Amino acid sequence: MNRGPDEPMKARIELTVNGERREALVPVHKTLLEVLREDLDLTGTKHGCELGECGTCTVLVDGEPVLSCLALPAELEGREILTVEGLAQGGRLHPLQRAFAELGAAQCGYCTPGILLVARALLEATPVPTREQVRVALAGNICRCTGYTKILDAVELAALRMAGRTPVATAAAGSAR
Amino acid sequence: MMRLPPFLYVSPRTVAEAAKAVAEAGPGGMLVAGGTDLYPNMKRRQFEPTTLVGLAAVRELRGVRGSAREGVTLGATTILSAVATHPDLLRHYPALATAAGLVSSPQLRNMGTLGGNVCVDTRCNYYNQPYPWRKAVGFCMKKDGDICLVAPGSRRCWAVSSSDTAPVLWSLGARVRLVSASGERTIPIDALFRDDGIEYLAKRPDEILTEIVLPPAEGWASTYLKLRRRGSFDFPELGVAVALRLEDATVAQARIVLGAVASQPRPATKAARALVGQRLTPDVIAHVADLAAGPARPLDNTDFTHPYRKKMTRVFVARALGRLAGLERAGRDEEELA
Repeated sequence: MNRGPDEPMKARIELTVNGERREALVPVHKTLLEVLREDLDLTGTKHGCELGECGTCTVLVDGEPVLSCLALPAELEGREILTVEGLAQGGRLHPLQRAFAELGAAQCGYCTPGILLVARALLEATPVPTREQVRVALAGNICRCTGYTKILDAVELAALRMAGRTPVATAAAGSAR
Repeated sequence: MMRLPPFLYVSPRTVAEAAKAVAEAGPGGMLVAGGTDLYPNMKRRQFEPTTLVGLAAVRELRGVRGSAREGVTLGATTILSAVATHPDLLRHYPALATAAGLVSSPQLRNMGTLGGNVCVDTRCNYYNQPYPWRKAVGFCMKKDGDICLVAPGSRRCWAVSSSDTAPVLWSLGARVRLVSASGERTIPIDALFRDDGIEYLAKRPDEILTEIVLPPAEGWASTYLKLRRRGSFDFPELGVAVALRLEDATVAQARIVLGAVASQPRPATKAARALVGQRLTPDVIAHVADLAAGPARPLDNTDFTHPYRKKMTRVFVARALGRLAGLERAGRDEEELA
């Protein structure tokens, strides 16, 4: 930890982000959200209210959704952080991303990264959730565009596809409910 | 970006190290566990610590141990989602699991801790605002100002106790362990709070809330109901915690504690006393609910009108008792109103 007389306290932090080890020398008062966006150039994570009241900055830490606007990187060393940039694998979209795109579950798209990550955590724990389970899981993510219905539809469609229980065609979305 | 102001960050590994660190930090020192209350307050410049003592790496502060027969001890930095889903708590101290599960949002419960929720800052429409807003109205006595903007003639601050778990823990007869560099003490949780919006905790700033100790649960039933506008995110506008010990369908012991109606959880002592020796009939419940609404004196400084919040105290106490009597349908643990 280095600190000049009038400089803010800095710390060298080592984070595991999307499976890669990343290092940065950052002021300790920078939140994970700020470090991801400004120091690691991972701008997929969005800043919304920055007070824990909207959910758009959600990332997964060891698989669990947390708010990056209220987390300090210094407290997350050694933990696995997943951001929206880590969802696609080898150039292939995650089934959740594909379902969101196909069903129009994103409009302005600002809340989408956070919602995708919460949905991914949900499907890890509960591969084929009920609509109520999806609603409860997404209770910490505010969307001002969609009215949520298409988001719920997309999570359900992705879940069914991942469980191998539905045709790939978008037309199946209606019957997936 | 709404950024945190700079601070020094200390990350002790043990309670003893943490106690020493917070003592050394002096008046500019604050403790942080989940940070879900502290960091927003720092971003709004309501808290301005120069040193933060982080409790995240203090392992001895995390976890739930014990049993319903002997009593359960909860580490203060156990996250709320762990409290909400703990099988023994769900079964034997259901009001606590319910209350923890109704705090804010799923993400916040993955970060926020039980101790943090017990010690959560009091809230007020004139205080929980960004700095420019507070400046525009001339500040209030809780931060940067001299008068209370809710009750300008008042010499005290009327900010509202907004913890979901504190009224429940009080109703369950919990005790809290406070550790500092100069010693430790374990006190009943009702002695942790004061009815003042600014000095709402009797805990000294250098004391660390390390454990919450629940008495044996055998024979007790408990429930918690929460009133808020949205089904997520919102702090309680009213919380009703009821714990009863029944003997052959007759109430042997009772505690009713109200949340969000004062600057501390407010026990409805007279109402609880009126339950003892009674069976939970609809008439008894109606009478006790009327008595319980007595100590609720909400002011016009949160969401909803204060007469409505007072009226809902009676309704929610009746519902909580009805539920414990098996008279109410299970229903929801909260009321959402648009």
